[in-house]
Amino acid sequence: MGKAVKYAVVGLGALVMLFPFAWAVITSITPGEAVLAVPPDFTPEGASLAAYAKLLETLPFWRIVLNSLWIGVASTALQLVTSAMAAYAFARLPFPGRGALFAVYLATLMMPLPVLVVPLFIEMRMLGLVDTYFALLAPTIASAFGVFLLRQAVQQVPREFDEAAVLDGAGHFRIFAYVVLPLIRPALATFAIFGFMASWNSYLWPLIIIKSPEFMTLPLGLATLHGQFTTEWDVVMAGSVVSVVPILVLYVFAEKHVIASVAQSGLK
Amino acid sequence: MNRRGWRYALTVAVFLLPSLVPLTLYTLIPMAGSLWTSLHEWDLISEMRWVGLDNYAELIGDPGTRAAFLHTLSFIAGYLPLVYVGGLGLAVLLNRPMRGRSLLRGVYFLPVITSWVVVALMWKWLLNPAGGIVNWALGLIGVSGPGWWTDPAWAMPSIIIATAWKDLGFVMIILLAGLQAIPREYQEAAMVDGATAWRRFRHITLPLLSPSTFFVIVISLINGFQVFDQVQIMTGGGPGGATQVVVSQIYDLTFRYGRAGAASALSWLLFALVLLVTIVQIRGQRRWVTYG
Repeated sequence: MGKAVKYAVVGLGALVMLFPFAWAVITSITPGEAVLAVPPDFTPEGASLAAYAKLLETLPFWRIVLNSLWIGVASTALQLVTSAMAAYAFARLPFPGRGALFAVYLATLMMPLPVLVVPLFIEMRMLGLVDTYFALLAPTIASAFGVFLLRQAVQQVPREFDEAAVLDGAGHFRIFAYVVLPLIRPALATFAIFGFMASWNSYLWPLIIIKSPEFMTLPLGLATLHGQFTTEWDVVMAGSVVSVVPILVLYVFAEKHVIASVAQSGLK
Repeated sequence: MNRRGWRYALTVAVFLLPSLVPLTLYTLIPMAGSLWTSLHEWDLISEMRWVGLDNYAELIGDPGTRAAFLHTLSFIAGYLPLVYVGGLGLAVLLNRPMRGRSLLRGVYFLPVITSWVVVALMWKWLLNPAGGIVNWALGLIGVSGPGWWTDPAWAMPSIIIATAWKDLGFVMIILLAGLQAIPREYQEAAMVDGATAWRRFRHITLPLLSPSTFFVIVISLINGFQVFDQVQIMTGGGPGGATQVVVSQIYDLTFRYGRAGAASALSWLLFALVLLVTIVQIRGQRRWVTYG
């Protein structure tokens, strides 16, 4: 295939990838009544931020953005800690029934979310935790996927490193914190990226457990917005733009690492 | 146990409990609860009523369930070939060093990091039958665009297009990593032997790429059977139930029809199907997956 054709194909594809984002931005600054104009206006006259203002009037949108951010960070941090500790136990601390317990962890990995959401909702209702931050975070405190991923990384740390530390008088906690953790940093980073993306994008669980706007995360907030302004596409697109920006900023900084992590996951 | 034994047991507990306690509370107990609920008739409010396996029996004969599984399968049948062929084409094109490659890779990956709700809303707007830009562009070339997500015949294709658009970059990255792992010498040897580009692709690249292909298919099927977010946003299962997939059915059974028992039973049927499909694939992989 000629070079020109190749560039034309991948270039055109890239346009198809970018256009929906560009169109969302354009729609969001188009004055409401002109949104449905035919032919569409690519450089809308009287462009305004009115849709963004309306967005903030309707929902506590900044709070929702902050909710998504802190829930994402908190759930990622919790998963990193709990998974790394369990990974260390499964890789370095022999105890009776360890294999069976690890199999239980793996089994939960195969549970599809739809199986869990209904009973989890019922459990949260019994505990009086419906419509709380805690309910949003609870199912993401532990991650079997994380334990699985990090156990492999811990197993690859040479035993001699631990033994040298033991000679220096270090116990398991010090070996874990000062020897193992620094050496599995790449795996921790990979897992952190997956964890944050999963939390940031999560929709089904918040949809079921959250009712009040002040506890909503972005996907749920946006869906609610869409329910209220079904035909006001400028407002809906303004909300979409606002919710893409933070993850986009993160992505620009971490792009290489994100792509490398995903690429690696397919090579196992 | 002596004192050292107790200390060791305590150490193990300290390392394990931070994950074991939440895993028990928020995964294992709900799993057991779901099985238990599936054996009852329950509207989430009044007393649970034991019905044994009636929910399962009812679901298996129920046309609504069958339709939900069929819609889910038709989603997968449309989505998987589209995203695989598209992703493979892009991966092959971007495999050789070229100017702007890493930028292009970043652009194709952008929809992957975008949340489902945003993607679904953007596509719902692009494919809007009235004033949507896709139908306007189709009009320019003399095609009268369909009603997309408002038309029962076009609603599922709309969802498939949005999903393929979002996942294309993911599939591309996985396949690209697979391609990069294929040693150049194989291609070069075949070139010396005078093999055409197509034959090299068909007989060297594709077989050596089969582990990555396998991974893409397994993951896509597991996710495909659980498709929900984009359906909920774009069509809510409509119009007229045309895109009611299994998870939408679980959601509606619980929260619209007050049938938590039937919903739990359906979620276990879905799990059984996903498990079966995954096992069949893992067993079948020996026939076509080459680990070089």
